[in-house]
Amino acid sequence: MRTDKRRWEQTKNALLFMGPSLLIFSTVMVLPFLFGILLSFTDWNGLSATFSFIGFGNYSEVFHDKVFWSSFVLTLKYVLCTVTLTNIIAFSLAYLLTGNLRGRNFLKAGFFTPNLIGGIILGFVWQFVFSRVLTTMGKSLGWSLFATSWLSDPDKAFWAMVIVTVWQYSGYMMVIYIAGLMSIPKELIEAAEIEGASSFTRVRKIVLPFLVPSIIVCVFLTVQRGFMVYDINLALTSGGPFRSTALISMNVYQTAFLSQRYGPGQAEAFFLFLVVAAISLTQVYLGKKQEIEL
Amino acid sequence: MSENSMVTVGRRTNAVAGYRFQKKLGAAIKLAVLSILLVLFLAPFLMVLINSFKPDAEIILDPLRLPTSLRFQNFTVAFEKMHFLNALYNSFIITVASVVFIALFSSMCAYALVRRKSRGHTAIYLAMVASMIVPFQAIMIPLLKIYGSIGMLNSAWSLVYMYIGFGTSFAVFMYHGFIKGISLELEEAATIDGCSTIEVFFLIVLPLLQSTTMTVIILDVLWIWNDFLLPSLVLLAPLKRTLPLSTFYFYGTYTVNYGLLLAGLVMTIIPVVVFYLFSQRYIISGITAGSIK
Repeated sequence: MRTDKRRWEQTKNALLFMGPSLLIFSTVMVLPFLFGILLSFTDWNGLSATFSFIGFGNYSEVFHDKVFWSSFVLTLKYVLCTVTLTNIIAFSLAYLLTGNLRGRNFLKAGFFTPNLIGGIILGFVWQFVFSRVLTTMGKSLGWSLFATSWLSDPDKAFWAMVIVTVWQYSGYMMVIYIAGLMSIPKELIEAAEIEGASSFTRVRKIVLPFLVPSIIVCVFLTVQRGFMVYDINLALTSGGPFRSTALISMNVYQTAFLSQRYGPGQAEAFFLFLVVAAISLTQVYLGKKQEIEL
Repeated sequence: MSENSMVTVGRRTNAVAGYRFQKKLGAAIKLAVLSILLVLFLAPFLMVLINSFKPDAEIILDPLRLPTSLRFQNFTVAFEKMHFLNALYNSFIITVASVVFIALFSSMCAYALVRRKSRGHTAIYLAMVASMIVPFQAIMIPLLKIYGSIGMLNSAWSLVYMYIGFGTSFAVFMYHGFIKGISLELEEAATIDGCSTIEVFFLIVLPLLQSTTMTVIILDVLWIWNDFLLPSLVLLAPLKRTLPLSTFYFYGTYTVNYGLLLAGLVMTIIPVVVFYLFSQRYIISGITAGSIK
């Protein structure tokens, strides 16, 4: 009797404590994820109540879709550029901002500001800058680089996307790098300085090895955000001109919701998931290995 | 003291002074460079602010010139056309409700997961951690299909429900990491004194989780307040729109009225800046804590 009562008590508590989270998590994340895999093997069009299985039909359609591949390659290029530039700039800012500098907190807060504001708003802010402010400057100063709006030129529009993304995330990653830099023992750097190590050597031999955990986190975050970017893409260029800047998330959205091709859309999304998962896991694995070697 | 040694001492202080001067100069240059960078960094916002006071013709003529007069007409018109207060209210309710439930449910779940070890619990925890790398795009189509078919779209509460679902894994992960480090002694003492598990959690454990709760709240507020894609799929009626949504549709409708658009942007940015002024310290430390994991 006694143990029965205790067991009931335990079950009740487990339900009370984990029930809400588990119910919502499984109905919002797990169920749609599994259903999504199923959906990618069907010919569902978004409206009909029934659908039939077509095996790998959607996947082969996606793999033969030139538009999808060009947006995928573009996304890879975009991720490569933004991850590299964001991390270099964020690290440089962080490096300049550590040490006894007056107004340090103010500067730090200032560089972080773009991260408080949504991608849609940031995209519109920069749309104004690129199409109005920079063109006026270009004309009045005679700079041909800015004479026409970057957003109406397929090549430059891509770089406009990169600039806005790097601009936004540099401040975020800077905060993480600053935390990493603060954890390096001061004596170590001072000792190296006294021994006559140049500032370049100090960065390479002491600062960077200590920063490996921060670098892992920052690269992980920038890679993930790079693959999933949608808001800035939509607000800044809406994929244009001539689809030259439609990144993969936008492609998934357009395939599924605008062309009503839900099966192929889901197949694209699942492909995106596999790529992101593979890259994230490899990166975490390589990072961990690096950490142990230290 | 001989004259000779006096000279050496003098030289040494000179060298020290020289070194200090160099350091100070270095710091001054650094500060100057960083300040200029910051101004350039924030220039886009400044441009938007300056131009939001001008009539359209003036903006098109020269966006770099300061406005000739402070004119609030753009703001009053945009305020009305965007249904600004309405959108602000929707954003506020959705964000607060989602964040409160995420923090509450996730802390309780993480507590149970840590304190009652079993294979099932480990599996649940691992599933949650693994789910963090799933991009939203891989979920959105089936999510809409499922919730659309049971008529749960177009409601703020469905959106809150979904945010709780998407926010759970990260929050559980954060709380899990922290609770593991809390010693059992206090809880055991409280149990002996006759506290029930619920009382132990709310009276003893939850107050200890304050710093993690702060981190979870900050990261989730930034995410939910600014999110666009999910609400754009769920909230269909114009009056249910959140701020990013109403800004987006406002832009679609008034593409040529720069003054109005810029005033709209300024108004959506202002609440965030005000919030930032009060909570800047917490935000920066919250980001740091959230990323170290």
